[in-house]
Amino acid sequence: MLSCKEANRLMSQELDRKLSWGENLGLKFHVSLCDSCANARQQMSFVRSACKHIFALDEKSDQ
Amino acid sequence: MTIDTNELAALRPDMTRFAYLLLRDSHAVEDVVQATMLTAIEKQDGFKNNSSLKTWLFTILRNKTIDSLRRGKREVSIADLSGNDDDDLEEVLFNQNGSWNQEAKPSAWGNPEVSFEQSEFWVVFNACLHNLPEKTSRVFMMREFLEFEVDDICKELSLTASNCWVTLHRARAKLRLCLDTNWFSGQGFEASGR
Repeated sequence: MLSCKEANRLMSQELDRKLSWGENLGLKFHVSLCDSCANARQQMSFVRSACKHIFALDEKSDQ
Repeated sequence: MTIDTNELAALRPDMTRFAYLLLRDSHAVEDVVQATMLTAIEKQDGFKNNSSLKTWLFTILRNKTIDSLRRGKREVSIADLSGNDDDDLEEVLFNQNGSWNQEAKPSAWGNPEVSFEQSEFWVVFNACLHNLPEKTSRVFMMREFLEFEVDDICKELSLTASNCWVTLHRARAKLRLCLDTNWFSGQGFEASGR
């Protein structure tokens, strides 16, 4: 099984490239058993989402 | 259609903030923002009201920023990307077996998107972005704000793919920690009525 450290590297990379079948399976398996890594993964994707919203583009109302 | 120059001027602070996060040089930022405003005025016939002025302006700004990055040949050397404090990050987070250190375990953020409605959240997030080391920030911003593919970032900045992955991971980990400390674990998020 992946270590938390390895899982964290993959959860960042999944935002930048398509993971291989094996990597994807390893990551999914790990986060299904590890709450801390599941939280880290949610937080990383939240960071991306915040980047998409910070300049409030594609919205008529500006911040 | 005609652009309202007051509206244009009102968007200047946001444009400056955006360009600064990528260029980190006040003169270069000023040039890029000026050039964007000039282009917007010259090409205002191209602005259709079906997108907001801001979105249209930021498309121009993105391109001007990319041009400036290329012109400035702001190369990132590998040495720049492996500063001491950055190298320690994984050691702070994980023990020798690669498991979380007790105090570094990420906690649940609940439904973090509700924070988007709060102007204080954006102040914190902006500060977190500014706190990233310059080169780390550039790689991260090229990915998230200019929407470059990683291969293209590597080419532009003469980095290896593995440098890029590591740098992006570091940026995300730092931002996640910064938000956790300054927003989700602190007063800000509680006050937002979680």
